[in-house]
Amino acid sequence: MKNDKLSNKKRALFDNRKNVTRVLIALYGICALLLILDFFIHRHISHSWENLFGFYPLYGFVGCVILVKVATWMRTFLMRPEDYYDNECKEQIENGNGNNNRS
Amino acid sequence: MWMIEVPPFIPFFVGALIAAFTRGTLRNVAMLAVPLLSALHLSMVPTGAHLQFDFLEYQLVPYYVDKLSLMFAYVFHIAALIAIIYSLHVRDTLQQVAAMLYAGSGLGAVFAGDLLTLFVFWELLALTSVFLIWARRTQRSYQAGMHYLIIQVLSGVILLVGALFYVAEHDTLEFGYIGLNSVAGWLIFIAFGIKCAFPMAHNWLTNAYPEATVTGTVFLSAFTTKVAVYALARGYPGTELLVYIGAAMTCFPIFFAVIENDLRRVLAYSLINQVGFMVVGIGIGTALAINGAVSHAFNDVIFKGLLFMSMGAVLKMTGRINGSDLGGLYKTMPKTTVLCIVGAASISAFPLFSGFVSKSMVMSAALENGFDGIWLMLLFASAGVFHHAGIKIPYFAFFAHDSGIRAKDPPTNMLVAMSIAAFLCIVIGIYPEALYSLLPYDTGYNPYDATHVLAQTQLLFFSALAFVWLNLRGLYPPELRSVNLDADWIYRRLAPKAIHSLFAAIWRVDGAIRQQCLVWIELCLNYLSRRFNGGSGLLSATRPVGSMAMWITVLLALYLLLSFIR
Repeated sequence: MKNDKLSNKKRALFDNRKNVTRVLIALYGICALLLILDFFIHRHISHSWENLFGFYPLYGFVGCVILVKVATWMRTFLMRPEDYYDNECKEQIENGNGNNNRS
Repeated sequence: MWMIEVPPFIPFFVGALIAAFTRGTLRNVAMLAVPLLSALHLSMVPTGAHLQFDFLEYQLVPYYVDKLSLMFAYVFHIAALIAIIYSLHVRDTLQQVAAMLYAGSGLGAVFAGDLLTLFVFWELLALTSVFLIWARRTQRSYQAGMHYLIIQVLSGVILLVGALFYVAEHDTLEFGYIGLNSVAGWLIFIAFGIKCAFPMAHNWLTNAYPEATVTGTVFLSAFTTKVAVYALARGYPGTELLVYIGAAMTCFPIFFAVIENDLRRVLAYSLINQVGFMVVGIGIGTALAINGAVSHAFNDVIFKGLLFMSMGAVLKMTGRINGSDLGGLYKTMPKTTVLCIVGAASISAFPLFSGFVSKSMVMSAALENGFDGIWLMLLFASAGVFHHAGIKIPYFAFFAHDSGIRAKDPPTNMLVAMSIAAFLCIVIGIYPEALYSLLPYDTGYNPYDATHVLAQTQLLFFSALAFVWLNLRGLYPPELRSVNLDADWIYRRLAPKAIHSLFAAIWRVDGAIRQQCLVWIELCLNYLSRRFNGGSGLLSATRPVGSMAMWITVLLALYLLLSFIR
């Protein structure tokens, strides 16, 4: 699948670290702007928590960090080798007739 | 007009027949013509059109049209057309025929006016779609297909039993509001729930969809779960239990999606998450909530199809689908990258993309009806879906570290199919009134007010910020080659092991009892032979056989004699 011509051609967009930095700065800028907008846009709210300053930004950020932390912790007891269920099938086939060893 | 009386599954079944006996361009033309002509026909069908006949004293309505079923029929036609275009390059009659039959079964199910017809199409959905999994022709896909088929057929059998109970209770087979106040109601609810991938019954989906063929998964993602959503919307609107089940469905899969390596399995988990939003909407049951559920199903078919298509393109062109093997593909697959990002933005419900205009209805309905806790869960799930489907999928496939793979963009037909889906995602996002006009209820809902737009944008951008922060700090879990245990472990590992050890224990006890009995019998024999030792006793071991035979002859003769006396 390797196409040497392409890989030798000009450097791709994000090979240049500067472009990555630009994207990140844009993201930080937008986040700051959205937070500031909280002061100016009047919300019609249906839940008292929505009145708190920065409720949605905080909820999004903290929610995602918790999500990733918990998911990483789940790996400690849920993760198994890639062929975990395959082994079982092979065992069954070998214990059985052993005729249909297709894989 | 005669055309009204042709239920839409018939053109698809005829199309399957044509696909079975034609090849090449002719087959492609026929397969494209089916959804187009059928959609044209559908646009002329008025609501209320129906077919009915009597069967064993019961009235069957195999075809009944109302706004709810029409909505699903429209999106099934769109999905079928897109998926057929996506699979035009496939030269596998099995897959083409199975796909047409599968799409037809989905349409049959949403127009079923009675429970018996629903059952028939329910089982047909399972039987036809399993070939899209087996068509991968690997040991793993064979097993995943088997697992899928067993669970789906089980769902169908429960539905049939539920329907029989329903007839006994109500003396009619008509499929309308069912509710949970009878045995039949619960049985049918469980049957729908299995197909809808309720928690603990969801693993048929996460096992089978990633093992299906590149094009098969696109079909699979559109029909089965949406038929279940339709069935719940018709049979159980306003059932409060659904709100809690749906909220669980939105939250638990995102944890699995974050640590899953197979990117198509990540999408399968996020499919459950999206169906969760629909289930919550149905559970709330107000006009706004049902509209939200139905329109979210409509949008989900398109954007989830787009995401599965883009990951299918990656799998087809690179031969890999694990996040740990991919990366840097944006350099050589720029079109696929852009199309995938459109799908990612839609599923994340960015304003101006389709997910936003439907998901916000369910969220608003949850707040309006006092489900505050549920609303917080949905909000968390919205941030989570952006995290795993909106960022993780495009990031690990197309950006992240350069894997060195230099695969090109996929064939034109696949790009065209993805472009149509992406176009629809954006059109519905910008002009939601087109979608709203098809909905069962008129609520005058407007998603684009400053409050909604600002709240959603803040939520999403700060989720992105969390991703960036975690990544820069090296806290984001790396993609690892692994299997993560899920509820299916209970019946794939725990139950077999438990049964195995149970039987081992039973055999041990059984063996011990037999042994003990043998010992007792031995003891009895010894005692008796000791007791009558000497050879003179009546039961002595040393008595000759001849005398025994003589005594039996005497007994029989006695019997004979007695019979004469009578």
